[in-house]
Amino acid sequence: MAVVSGPPPYPDTRVAQPRPGQAVGFFTDSSICIGCKACEVACKEWNHVPTDGFNFLGSSYDNTGELGANTWRHVTFAERPAAPGGGDGQMRWLMNSDVCKHCASAACLEVCPTGALMRTEFATVVVQEDVCNGCGYCVPACPFGVIDRREEDGRAFKCTLCYDRLKGGMQPACAQACPTQSIQFGPIEELRTRARRRLEQLRQEGRKEARLYGVDGSDNEVGGLHAFFLLMDEPGVYRLPTRPATTTRDLPAMWKAAAAAAGALAAGVLLAFAGKGR
Amino acid sequence: MSSSEGPFLKAPLWKPEIGAYLFSGGLAGASAVLAFVARSRGNHRLARRALLTAAAGAAVSPPLLISDLGRPERFHHMLRVFKVTSPMSVGTWLLSGFGAAIGVAAASEVLGVLRPVGLAAEGAAALLGPGLATYTAVLLTDTAVPAWHQAHRELPFVFAGSAAASAGAAAAILTPAEAARPARRLAVLGAAGELAAAAAMKRRLGALAQPYEREPVRRLDRMAQSLSITGAAILGLLGRRRPAAALGGALVLAGSICQRFAIFRAGFDSARPR
Amino acid sequence: MGSNMAECHPVGFQWVMEARLKGATVIHVDPRFTRTSANASFHVPIRAGSDIAFLGGIIHYICERDAIFRDYVVAYTNAATILQDDFKDTEDLDGLFSGWDPEKHSYDPGSWQYKDVEMHPSAGQREAPGPSAGADRFGGHGGLLAHGDPPHRDPTLQHPRCVYQILKRHYQRYTPELVEETCGVPRALFLKVAQALVDNSGPDRTSSFVYSVGWTQHTVGVQYIRTASIIQLLLGNIGRPGGGILALRGHASIQGSTDIPTLYDILPGYIPMPHAHEHPSLDEFVGRDAARTGGWGRMKPYLVSLLKAWWGEHARPDNDFAFSYLPRISGDHSAYQSALDMLDGKVKGYFLFGENPAVGSANSRLHRMALAGLDWLVVRDLVEIESAAFWYASPEIESGELSTTDIKTEVFLLPAAAHTEKDGSFTNTQRLLQWHHAAIEPRGDARSDLWFTYHLGRIIREKLKGSAEPRDRPVLELTWDYPLKGEHGEPSAEAVLKEVNGVDAQGKPVSGFLELKDDGSTACGCWIYSGSFRDGVNQTARRKPGREQTWVAPEWGWAWPANRRLLYNRASADPQGRPWSERKRYVFWDEEKRRWTGEDVPDFTPDKAPDYDPPEGATGDAALRGTSPFVMQADGQGWLVTPAGLKDGPLPTHYEPHESPVGNPLYGQQSNPTRQLYRRALNSYNENGAAERYPFVMTTYRLTEHHTAGGMSRFLPVLCELQPEMFCEVSPELARLRGLTNGGWATISSARAAIEARVLVTERVKPLTVRGRAIHQVGLPYHWGYRGISRGDAANDLFPLALDPNVHIQEVKAATCDIRPGRRRR
Repeated sequence: MAVVSGPPPYPDTRVAQPRPGQAVGFFTDSSICIGCKACEVACKEWNHVPTDGFNFLGSSYDNTGELGANTWRHVTFAERPAAPGGGDGQMRWLMNSDVCKHCASAACLEVCPTGALMRTEFATVVVQEDVCNGCGYCVPACPFGVIDRREEDGRAFKCTLCYDRLKGGMQPACAQACPTQSIQFGPIEELRTRARRRLEQLRQEGRKEARLYGVDGSDNEVGGLHAFFLLMDEPGVYRLPTRPATTTRDLPAMWKAAAAAAGALAAGVLLAFAGKGR
Repeated sequence: MSSSEGPFLKAPLWKPEIGAYLFSGGLAGASAVLAFVARSRGNHRLARRALLTAAAGAAVSPPLLISDLGRPERFHHMLRVFKVTSPMSVGTWLLSGFGAAIGVAAASEVLGVLRPVGLAAEGAAALLGPGLATYTAVLLTDTAVPAWHQAHRELPFVFAGSAAASAGAAAAILTPAEAARPARRLAVLGAAGELAAAAAMKRRLGALAQPYEREPVRRLDRMAQSLSITGAAILGLLGRRRPAAALGGALVLAGSICQRFAIFRAGFDSARPR
Repeated sequence: MGSNMAECHPVGFQWVMEARLKGATVIHVDPRFTRTSANASFHVPIRAGSDIAFLGGIIHYICERDAIFRDYVVAYTNAATILQDDFKDTEDLDGLFSGWDPEKHSYDPGSWQYKDVEMHPSAGQREAPGPSAGADRFGGHGGLLAHGDPPHRDPTLQHPRCVYQILKRHYQRYTPELVEETCGVPRALFLKVAQALVDNSGPDRTSSFVYSVGWTQHTVGVQYIRTASIIQLLLGNIGRPGGGILALRGHASIQGSTDIPTLYDILPGYIPMPHAHEHPSLDEFVGRDAARTGGWGRMKPYLVSLLKAWWGEHARPDNDFAFSYLPRISGDHSAYQSALDMLDGKVKGYFLFGENPAVGSANSRLHRMALAGLDWLVVRDLVEIESAAFWYASPEIESGELSTTDIKTEVFLLPAAAHTEKDGSFTNTQRLLQWHHAAIEPRGDARSDLWFTYHLGRIIREKLKGSAEPRDRPVLELTWDYPLKGEHGEPSAEAVLKEVNGVDAQGKPVSGFLELKDDGSTACGCWIYSGSFRDGVNQTARRKPGREQTWVAPEWGWAWPANRRLLYNRASADPQGRPWSERKRYVFWDEEKRRWTGEDVPDFTPDKAPDYDPPEGATGDAALRGTSPFVMQADGQGWLVTPAGLKDGPLPTHYEPHESPVGNPLYGQQSNPTRQLYRRALNSYNENGAAERYPFVMTTYRLTEHHTAGGMSRFLPVLCELQPEMFCEVSPELARLRGLTNGGWATISSARAAIEARVLVTERVKPLTVRGRAIHQVGLPYHWGYRGISRGDAANDLFPLALDPNVHIQEVKAATCDIRPGRRRR
């Protein structure tokens, strides 16, 4: 009930209405994540995602482990010592809601042999369930370990960024359910601006450990993520790769090497016939 | 409490069938080339056996691939699109084209009909064969799996060598010794190339080559080396005798299979955090 | 403090996070480092059960530095009031106040009164402990004062017997050193908290306390909150925006269920329940229980209107408005006493509406045994909870202590509709009523509680029709007529709200409780909710977005009383009626219009000027000065010392929990002398700081992923996978000491029972050093039971029935236990 002046750091993001043709995504600000997992539950309820098993993992408060076919939002919990030079020397408990990054250059989509993975009019990456035949190629292709095959179903599943809701003019279920605006949904460019402003704010508060992850192509080579993060520690603490693999960037080189090897194979056969004899 | 090293990847889902396909596809592709060159040199005995080997390899490959699908009844969805960005899509079309060509060629050979068509098909298969033998390397390297991806320069050569070695070895077993000399030479050359390329690959991988030092990959890798070396040596030195050729060929084939599975398994191992 | 808001109230915690984003300092004092601590400015680990020592330390700190908000304290609290000469403090009597009767185990509060005030509070006559009734439990209604002003005051606060000096002496020994030794909180950390609080209070700033059951579930729970009240009054943080003591309730509408009570000893709107022997007539009841001065002076119109709402035309002046129809209490009929009575065969039948005592009540094992002593039991719930299945699936059946064939209890399990399937209102902690509309029809046989209660009453009345028995009159003459709708005959919830709001003689909804009369011309189901259906409009259903109105958002829902969003808001202005500061401007006196005005509905007689001086003989609200903001108190002031209303003393004092591994560092008196104990085989205690067998402190709590006793969460896969198993939280040090491994099993035992749980070893739990000794704490979420998808032992099996004497709340936030590796013996 505090009486304050000035706008809150984040505007009311709950009214963002995506337009077709507009690139949208998530900005997840882990500095205000309270680890309530409402995103996980909202996602499952809206998308009818089955359970991921009932396993006590003994890993802080995380019992779903990682993103997968049956977990499209995953809250990581990391119990960490005090940040160097900050936080009164108190331990920290870092939480963050991880999600598919909807990469600008999406390996899963590129390697998909059936065209089941597609880019939508919102620049998100979605599996078409009626096309996917479960070849599983997208699974090792993803540099973030996001997409997976649902074994009892046989097809690959991951976050759709609530494609159906976007089409209906609604924001994704997780963002809607997040009580603290840790998960923000909106046009990518606007979210990027917001993320940089928030980083600036935290830096001014002396929280040097704050950093952005995947906001543009500068900190990785995946060419920018459509779901990016503000982190309060090393990415690995949040199960995010420090340098995500550039799965498909090297494909031309790979094809060249394969062609050269093919040539070598042909040459080898010819060589086997060289000299006398038949 | 949580490891922060990673990698934070999903291990591939592929079953051993895919490892087997790496071998069968390579065998088929290289055998088709061997058949075509043998034919052009007039070595019809060798050509016939290599051709049939290629046809057999091509025949077992689709079932291996389809059985690995999560939704096998949707295998034909592979043919909805052609995508250069998807090695699996490229491979599907390669294998389909190769399968059709080698099927026609083999039928013509066995039934003795439509020989001009059969010979043309043989040529077409020989053209596609090297691609079929090496695209599978790209299939693996075009993933985020560290032990595969970082090996993308050398892996096609490993697979080319392995394919050549297996094609030569198979033909050496099946073909009368006097007609099989090029096959034996191909097996020796292929095994040498395979081993050299694999060594270069591990050098490149550096720390990422660790899976090759851990079980079960370590044993597969060591077996691949010793089987290939022993097999090639037997083929090269004693291959003019049929029993020795059969033994040497079998060892080289086994070495090639071990090599494929070592690489296949190493990828799984490297995708999990340590 | 005493609240894990981020985990247990995540939706409300968004406002705390927003405040943090705007620069607020958030301090979390809690035995464990929780998700709340993770999002606070800093965390203060504290030994469970030592909060009064901590808060008393803050009072000491404030008094020592003379950091009180003096103008506020002198004008708005009873700091200046002089107490009777014979009052003796715990400092004088080694942990007891004057008036202690060792035979009756209770206090005579006579010596706690203001000097020369004829105060015979109703409280005094019914202050017997335990099984006696405590109709005065909600503050004694301010006691009885002949006049709004106490006779002796010293505005300089120097008089040795003035409340302020008594308070100061009482907390003299609560030094930072004592806090450190008692609570295990390092001195520097404690001082940081105290200074932050002082710095952030005063004319320009306010601070607030947030608590939940971490404070209430103690044998001195009421006094925990009283201690915070004292701090907030001394710092001027009550009745002002951004201040207050915010109680977070454990359910969506627990506030509503005390306002329109499910409690045995109050009627709607906190009117006491009449006692069988002491309240023969309406006038005697009102005469004894209503205060002469202050807001409670109007108790009669509220009660008469309530009787009119219930018995309509049958409530007439000539029959005392059917006052005799009201049920009477004859003793302690609280939930725990009732369970013990079931064990003793004194209670035959029982209704459970959304309650799961077989898991959720302290000593849940005792409750399961108690349920087996009933003849019949009606359970209305979403699923077959443990309390409905105890007769065939329970640890006692498994162990052979109970057998299905021997249990005679007939259990009726009736499926209940969820809140999404029915109309109704929730009342939240801010006293805000928010209406919800049915979104879908309940499935199958599921029905709303309103439907069940209404039709149960209808059928009983049909069965009694024609009865000439006088005992049946109250039932037959009830107003039991609501519009029904739908194929199942669902009563209209809005019609109920309209009855609760109240109507005048013409049946028109009244606009507020000031319109209620004591002559029978008005009817009102709950006076504090009067106005919620003002103008015939369901005010609680208003959902005007916050951005389209003022920041107080008066048009979102409806807050009792009179849509006031902030109680006692007269205190947000200085004695002359001016805002204390521009920054904290809220409600103030408009001299031109000669009215109170501001952002909120003033909680004050609208035209009572700041300089109003009550004439001799004035009663009710008119007896209070224009500078008395606490209008429900007889003297209109905030009570630092409570002369009446509490059973365990006028000032909060540090007592150890009933079970504690350490002795009381302050007094020979170890624990609250008036705590309620029940000595019987199923409820054995580990008393008097006995640390050998049960050396560790255990405390219960909730997780975000589950809801209370699990009926709403353990049956849902999406929630179960998030916390799939019962676990306990221990420090790495305790794990080493006892050989516990993370992810393994442990058996936790107490003087009552042993349970098993998976082990979570975490740095978030730390051993605290108390007088040189390491005190280990074991954390136990209490959600689990033996039904549902996710099952586990019930933590409440371990806890005793040891209750707060004022409100009969169990002490489950601190008791003693042992922990060993491995699963429990079967």
